[in-house]
Amino acid sequence: MENFTPITALAGGILIGISATLLLWLNGQIAGISGIFRGVLKMRSPDRAWRSLFLLGLVIGGGIWWHGFGPTFTPRTGFSLPLLVLAGLLVGFGSRIGNGCTSGHGVCGIGRTSGRSLASTMTFFSVALATTFVVRHVLGGAA
Amino acid sequence: MSRHIVALLTGIIFGLGLAVSGMINPEKVLGFLDIAGAWDPSLALVMGGAVGVTLLTFRRVLKLPKPLFGARFEIPTSASVDSPLLIGATIFGIGWGIAGYCPGPAIAALTIGSIEPIVFIAAFIAGNFLSVMLDRATAAGWRAAPQRG
Repeated sequence: MENFTPITALAGGILIGISATLLLWLNGQIAGISGIFRGVLKMRSPDRAWRSLFLLGLVIGGGIWWHGFGPTFTPRTGFSLPLLVLAGLLVGFGSRIGNGCTSGHGVCGIGRTSGRSLASTMTFFSVALATTFVVRHVLGGAA
Repeated sequence: MSRHIVALLTGIIFGLGLAVSGMINPEKVLGFLDIAGAWDPSLALVMGGAVGVTLLTFRRVLKLPKPLFGARFEIPTSASVDSPLLIGATIFGIGWGIAGYCPGPAIAALTIGSIEPIVFIAAFIAGNFLSVMLDRATAAGWRAAPQRG
């Protein structure tokens, strides 16, 4: 547990919760990143502007921390590029079919006590735990 | 205009949260998912902190007649746990467990000087389009079927 960072983890989590609360209270929108991203990719989306601005905000927020207070870790190198592409394809494909990801189902869906989101979250957490186990301990690690 | 400022500011707060918590580091995410390794419980506290806030606030917010800068709350209406939901979550979980990236952290990590978030997001977009193409292919086949007979 030498890597455990309880204070920054909890603080960051609370910031995410506050962001999701403000977006819902002020704009009436769910802070689901994959859904917001999908809306930007659609050709005839009426609300591409706010979606793009939210995503730009993500880049800025991450950048403020990294360039203002970081670097807080050494970026990973040597991870298999084909595996990274496969992972991105699966996350893009799966989040569209399943209508959401860690933020939409996990943070927001559970926040409004949606059984659908709870089922989704329990499923992707269990599958991810099993997948990481297989990749790291059965196949011998990708990195 | 207000809606646009809110979107940008909430995006910044969200991105800060992902960075402060360490979730923009995929190795930290995998450190949680790898329970057989040197386990790092941090991700549980990130989710706990975020869900703790939304569980407290969402119920109250959704009792309001409408959002401050909008006509209505845009909340998913579907309530059923169906197979697309579970199949999608399964496929998502496999991808998440392989590399340790989900969409938010990859976007928030775009400026840290690593090629990984860029590659991941490009593949994420491609995965989205693959799903759209699959929808169209199956819908077209389904619609075409009766006309053949």
